[in-house]
Amino acid sequence: MPQFAIIAVSILFDGLAYAMFLFITSVGLSVTMGLMGFVNLAHGAFAMAGGYIVVSLTRNLGIGFAPSLAIAAVVVGAVSVVFERGLYRRLYKATDLEQVLLTIGLAFMAIATATYLYGPIPKSVPLPNWLQGDISLGFRAFPTYRAFLIVLGVALISVLWYGFEKTNIGAKIRAAVDNRRMAESVGINVDLLFTLTFALGSALAALGGGLAIQLFGLSPSFAVLYLVLFLIVVAVGGLGSLKGTLLAALVIGVIDTAGKYLYAEAGGFFIYAITVIVLLIKPAGFYGRE
Amino acid sequence: MAANDTTAAAMTPPRDPAATAARDRAAEYLVSRHRYRWAEALPWLACIAVFFLFPDRLTFGSQVLVMVLFALSLDLILGYAGIVTLGHAAFFGIGAYTVGLGAAKFGWTEPVSGLFAAFVVASFGGFISGWFLLRYRGLTLLMLTLATAIMMQEAGNLRSDLSGGYDGLPGLVFDPLLGRFDYDLYGHTNYAYALVVLAVVFYFVRRIVYSPFGQALTGIRENVRRMHAIGSPVHWRLVTVYTIAAGIAGIAGALFTQTNAYVTLTVFDFENSAKVMVMLILGGTGRLYGAFLGAAVYMVLEDYFSKLSPTFWQFGIGLLLVLAVLFARRGVLGLVEQAGVYFAKNKNKGAKS
Amino acid sequence: MKILGWAGAAALAVTLGATAQAENIKIGVVAPFSGANADLGQQIDKAFDLYVKLHAKDIAPHTVQIIKRDEGPPTGANAKTVATELITNDKVQILAGFAFSPSAIALAPVVTQAKIPMVIANAGTAWITNLSPYIARLSFSMWHHGYPMGAYAFDKIGCKSAALAYTDFPPGKDSTEAFKTGFEKVGGKVTESIPLGSPVQVPDFTPFFQRIKDSKPDCMYVFIPSGAHATGVTKAYGELGMRKAGIKLIGPMDLIPDNKLQDMGDAAIGTIVMGNYAVDLENAENKAFNEAWHKEYGKDSYPDFMSAASWDTMHAIFDTIKKVNGDLSDGGKFIDAMKGWTGKGPRGTVSIDASTRDIVQDEHAMEVIRKADGKLGIKVLGTTKAVKDECKELKIGRCGS
Repeated sequence: MPQFAIIAVSILFDGLAYAMFLFITSVGLSVTMGLMGFVNLAHGAFAMAGGYIVVSLTRNLGIGFAPSLAIAAVVVGAVSVVFERGLYRRLYKATDLEQVLLTIGLAFMAIATATYLYGPIPKSVPLPNWLQGDISLGFRAFPTYRAFLIVLGVALISVLWYGFEKTNIGAKIRAAVDNRRMAESVGINVDLLFTLTFALGSALAALGGGLAIQLFGLSPSFAVLYLVLFLIVVAVGGLGSLKGTLLAALVIGVIDTAGKYLYAEAGGFFIYAITVIVLLIKPAGFYGRE
Repeated sequence: MAANDTTAAAMTPPRDPAATAARDRAAEYLVSRHRYRWAEALPWLACIAVFFLFPDRLTFGSQVLVMVLFALSLDLILGYAGIVTLGHAAFFGIGAYTVGLGAAKFGWTEPVSGLFAAFVVASFGGFISGWFLLRYRGLTLLMLTLATAIMMQEAGNLRSDLSGGYDGLPGLVFDPLLGRFDYDLYGHTNYAYALVVLAVVFYFVRRIVYSPFGQALTGIRENVRRMHAIGSPVHWRLVTVYTIAAGIAGIAGALFTQTNAYVTLTVFDFENSAKVMVMLILGGTGRLYGAFLGAAVYMVLEDYFSKLSPTFWQFGIGLLLVLAVLFARRGVLGLVEQAGVYFAKNKNKGAKS
Repeated sequence: MKILGWAGAAALAVTLGATAQAENIKIGVVAPFSGANADLGQQIDKAFDLYVKLHAKDIAPHTVQIIKRDEGPPTGANAKTVATELITNDKVQILAGFAFSPSAIALAPVVTQAKIPMVIANAGTAWITNLSPYIARLSFSMWHHGYPMGAYAFDKIGCKSAALAYTDFPPGKDSTEAFKTGFEKVGGKVTESIPLGSPVQVPDFTPFFQRIKDSKPDCMYVFIPSGAHATGVTKAYGELGMRKAGIKLIGPMDLIPDNKLQDMGDAAIGTIVMGNYAVDLENAENKAFNEAWHKEYGKDSYPDFMSAASWDTMHAIFDTIKKVNGDLSDGGKFIDAMKGWTGKGPRGTVSIDASTRDIVQDEHAMEVIRKADGKLGIKVLGTTKAVKDECKELKIGRCGS
């Protein structure tokens, strides 16, 4: 295989793995913003909480990495319902600005709480043997963990796609994103739907947080550090669109990886340049409603 | 204005004395809105009192004033024109680097003219970016402004030979203020300087806000379609106010560099944009003094909490924001106004009984 | 005559009494206690507290009072505001700490104006000590590790060619410049130099390292801030199987901070760094330091190079307080008294260069190994004695002014 083809394959592979992380963590944010127009800047805090739960489960209780991810997602999903019912609900009719203030406040509190519980030193998780090392395909060796990210991502996307496109609840959610009032008037309980999607989105964020530990390490400031990245994926993809979020994650993941590989000197530029270009041409993102 | 009133009166001859009285009251109300009220003197008196009461704390005080000015510039576009941006630090940064580079590379060390330069350069930046970006709204605008600010930071880092990168431009020396007042360790000069600049800018912002132009902005915020329908040049109005606000943010940035005698690329941080927005919302948007209260309350409490616990102070700030949203919907200024109304009522009651 | 003599003696006694008067010395500590770099502040703070706790009696009858403030993000402005207030409002007589170079740079004119000694426990941009005669540094300059690593890598590790990767901010540029200078001097070839993005976020390192892996240098010299980035580097390096591919990971000790080493796993084994401290460094002071640390903070808490430098910082301050007998009325005199200070600490014997007020210390080439007890640790491969800041010795760039 010629050298440039090998490089292209490896960029695609790394970019794809990165994109899967972006998708898993951002998709919940996209749906909550699309459905309720709720600006949830504490989304990263849910991801961080998921990460710390995985750390506790694997390190202190000796539970395996994969089951820990699942438990973290379920726990955070459940806890997020408490927040949604107790706090967020009060602000559905409020302005974006008030929602920003509330959720930034929550993120700050989450950072301080995590610092109190886990200390400021970044944490990592012990990976099981089957996720370590690399898989060789003859011309190239690929890290096993990244292959795992890709497989998991594809599986999740399939499930979400089926749920969104083929089930009754999925149809209701799509209806509510398109036109909330109309959906309510035909008897769809949008409030309940929102609680459900909010919990699902937070659970996915927690999963993403757990998966991110291996990529970035986990410290309390995770709650806000990558928030801009998630917001970019949401905006570029288009609010409330599964397809859009996926496409945005792919484009950003692959182009960012390619930029870092091929032209590292301007590494930070690419993500923002793509954002600006896409939004100038398609202000509502790839699949957003204009 | 007066001419308009007479023509209006001529067109609809007064039939009902009650209606005339009502119209007079309405006119009186509209005029009185931009009259100076005695309560408006309070924040300024407080600022002057701080100078004499806390002479050892004026370095911090001058930083608060810089943030008030920055928040005020954001209020002009966010509060009055309804433009939500997460990239306002771009203009703060442009202003900061205008005087920083001016002093470090070109020997332009006169502070007051530096402020004007910062205003001009930042306004220019605001005009260009505003002309492109203000066609967009909502999340799109948010992300576009944010990306612009961060791309400026990245560009600065690429040319760290000029900007000094994240280690910044060290040891900037500015001429004594007006050729007379040197910068003392206690920050007395800096504080007085920042306060005077804030007062002057505030006067102009107040004029703008209560002018017909300001009223048009509020109209755009409340109902863009109607403003289009009545033929208001919406885009140009927005670009104009964005340009002015960018210039004022530039002045704030310039003051920041001058009072610190130092500037690094972190002035362009997303955090800087987000923080000033949080301060403004906390204080109350679209009401001028919200910028005052928000920045002051946020920074004083942050200072207090971080002394109390250098490690966990963010919890306190976070809780403050959550409580503010739940119990003070119109910001801290809203609370103050409510308290004012409450006392006024009680006083009336007392008078009646 | 006799009466006069008695009176003279009495007067003398009074003066003696006055100089031996117990002073309460206020020390302002500025370190990042919150935000993305809070763990750096913790490493500094714990060492300060421990030293003061164990050695408060050394300066009797004088006492010290520590006032802590949050350095915040590395903007310079925040540290400048809190440190200025420590001087004007809290009336501190000494400033200590400072994790970030911008903080020290922003504050330099203030301490010059206020004539307050400022003792740096971390910030590593080489030319900081030139900015004010009131600054002394007990930590290191980026050149301490980077420059000697150049020759060592070429001669001993077998790096004929090396790729450089650094976090894109001044200490990163400083460190790679130092390595490059030393490396090229002895004939090494730098294949490429890659910035790794801003210090704020830990990036996904894989694409950068994949690129280096494809260009196949002998070694990869990496500088990153020792916070969350360090673990990320080791993980990406391990994941990509770069050691297997024959590319050695080298760098300054920031790559393997002691308090994160155990988390790094097998991927870290074989990494060779140049540095001034490791928990496993063998000397009596370090042993005592580690024992005291674990006793105070538990067995899972480790000191690191910042803690060691902070320990020595407080040590130098205390010794100088003794030397001037608690007289802090003149900051210039205090700094003068500190010049040439020599002490034994966790890093071995260190001293303050009288002409530059910067640290002189031993530099060790250290390799990460799996120890007999199953934990990760280091083995000292070689030591260079009494290394000065080469940037100032060679008068490179701003260091020359």
